[in-house]
Amino acid sequence: MTIQDPKTASEIASHVEEPSQAELKAPRRSALMALGWARENLFSSAPNTLLTVLAVALLVWAVPPLLDWVLLKATFLGADPQACRDAGGACWSFIEVKHRFILFGLYPHDEHWRPLLAMGLFLSAIAISCDPRFWNLRILAVWGAALPLCGLLMWGGLFGLSFVGNDKWGGLPLTLILATLGIVLAFPLSVLLALGRRSDMPAIRAICVGYIETVRGVPLVSVLFMASIMFPLFLPEGMTIDKLLRAQLGIMLFTAAYLAEAVRGGLQALPKGQYEAADALGLSYWQKMGLIILPQALRLVIPPIVNQFISCFKDTSLVIIIGLYDLLTTAKTALSDPLWRPFYIESYVFAAFIYFLFCFFMSRYSQYLEKRLNAGLKR
Amino acid sequence: MKRLALLATLALFGGTVLSSQVQAGATFDAVKARGSLNCGVHTGLAGFGAPDDKGNWAGLDVDVCRAVAAALFGDAKKVKYVPLTTQQRFTALQSGEIDMLSRNTTLTSQRDTELGLNFGPPNFYDGQGFLVPKKLNVKSAKELNGATICVLPGTTTELNLTDYFRANKMDFKPVVIEKQDELAAAFFAGRCDAITSDSSQLASIRSAQASNPDDYVILPELISKEPFATGVRHGDDQWFDLVKWVIYATFEAEEKGITSANIDSFKGKTDPVVKRLLGETPGLGKALGVGEDWAYQAIKQVGNYGESFERNVGSGSKLKLPRGLNAQWNKGGLIYALPIR
Repeated sequence: MTIQDPKTASEIASHVEEPSQAELKAPRRSALMALGWARENLFSSAPNTLLTVLAVALLVWAVPPLLDWVLLKATFLGADPQACRDAGGACWSFIEVKHRFILFGLYPHDEHWRPLLAMGLFLSAIAISCDPRFWNLRILAVWGAALPLCGLLMWGGLFGLSFVGNDKWGGLPLTLILATLGIVLAFPLSVLLALGRRSDMPAIRAICVGYIETVRGVPLVSVLFMASIMFPLFLPEGMTIDKLLRAQLGIMLFTAAYLAEAVRGGLQALPKGQYEAADALGLSYWQKMGLIILPQALRLVIPPIVNQFISCFKDTSLVIIIGLYDLLTTAKTALSDPLWRPFYIESYVFAAFIYFLFCFFMSRYSQYLEKRLNAGLKR
Repeated sequence: MKRLALLATLALFGGTVLSSQVQAGATFDAVKARGSLNCGVHTGLAGFGAPDDKGNWAGLDVDVCRAVAAALFGDAKKVKYVPLTTQQRFTALQSGEIDMLSRNTTLTSQRDTELGLNFGPPNFYDGQGFLVPKKLNVKSAKELNGATICVLPGTTTELNLTDYFRANKMDFKPVVIEKQDELAAAFFAGRCDAITSDSSQLASIRSAQASNPDDYVILPELISKEPFATGVRHGDDQWFDLVKWVIYATFEAEEKGITSANIDSFKGKTDPVVKRLLGETPGLGKALGVGEDWAYQAIKQVGNYGESFERNVGSGSKLKLPRGLNAQWNKGGLIYALPIR
């Protein structure tokens, strides 16, 4: 998924090759170099030597049993939990048996191709949005096409697809929807909140400060609790607002408050001269913000923003407390089967692996973005 | 303890708001008009309510939902399952998000009164017990003085445990872990001398997670009564009646030996009880506001109580629980159908 310029990739490859050719010509010298490197870096002093020895001992102690568990003694195929117990290693056949439930939750089994396809579309749309060439009106067209299509696939009810209520959505698609929509909708809101907090108008400032401080003052768990447990009690009996929608709004409002503070950090870091220069040019408030201030401010705060994105992605797992089957909940529910209950480590490792893939992508992408956007600052 | 306090506040708050909102007769009509039953179930408790690998719901509690749907609509599939956590379950019922709560919920006086609920006949009698390794040679819970005990936090289980030890002037060291499977793993790894939970849970933990189930024994004392029952909210007695009598009908069917497989062979029999249950003597259905074949449909499509028990938690399941207290009254249990007439 990492976006890489093919040219630079080949350049890197050719760089790697050169020293290895040199190595062939002078093996002894490189061996000496390795020894010298080790002496300089690993055994330069008594504490360093001690740490090196300790680290090696730790690796020797930890790696073989881990390897044993993960690969050598693990069971990969077959639907027999007893075989797993006998083998004594990791039971990856648990994942083989349960992966469809973990990935798609309660979604009707025969229709799993629909969330799979929807997820593919969704991820493609995200990948396209990551490409700077699409940072114009075309991106709206991409999402304008992708979102209704995803909705059609997930809900169905048209073109011969059977209707599937969103109470049956679950697993990875649900996590992706909650996180992506939460982030995408929270971001513009957070920019407005950050601008509002620095506004000269007392009423707007008070509202924004009040909102940010209130939401930041409570944990996400209680926001979700409020949305799912307290809120329905205030509605007339029989009237309910969709549980998924309530959770989605809760996550969005929560993330927006945190993002707003990150964005405000960027706004405050800009030298006052930038504001004054924009004013001197006679730009209106929105022109000033849109053309001068925000492009610089947002670039400054990419790391905290991505930090918040990653944390939002993982926070979606808290919807477990309101009975939505996100990825972590399905991994947990798969364990309620008494036959497979002992293999909870495998289940959690599988879920962790999926979370890691997405979070790692986000973090790599933010590094790429920083490099690209800061290109003008380099000499 | 903090969480308990929070829950209590929420529950109390819920109760207050609710009391101003009760409407009469609404649920029955609403369910009928909607054409499907919103049934609150567990998010995943094997044997009682859990989705299988294909996402289909199954369990003893789930069967109650299906039986009511079969009685009302003639189709056990007309159920929308709403998975609920322990914290959510009562609010979901009070706010009208669900029509009935069948989620291994213990019937207590406080829940019956303060929370504004009504409970049908218990469909599972459980009690809190202790599981210990045989090698400890403990024969009674009274011998557990000073023991380290694994317990889930924030549940009545924890409170019962404290009460029991205080009443018997004994001490214990709690090992508190949030997740049931990790708690059990800690016990089997030897981190505590005993683990306490509902005895049905202990049986399933033992069969599923112990490397050798025969090395562990459930102590004879049950330190609490846990009758699990189906809840509906106050304010619609007609709805409550229907839920209650559908459950009794499944009890009665077992007592009479009527199963989903053989029910059609009972047609035309002279036993007046059977005739009433099958709807051949009309009147009961009309009184409940449903078709005369209400009990027939429930038994035909879901099965009698015994079938449901064996299929979900008994010998036909992975849990292999004995009938115990959940046998029919004439076989030493507590399952007793009130006369259907």
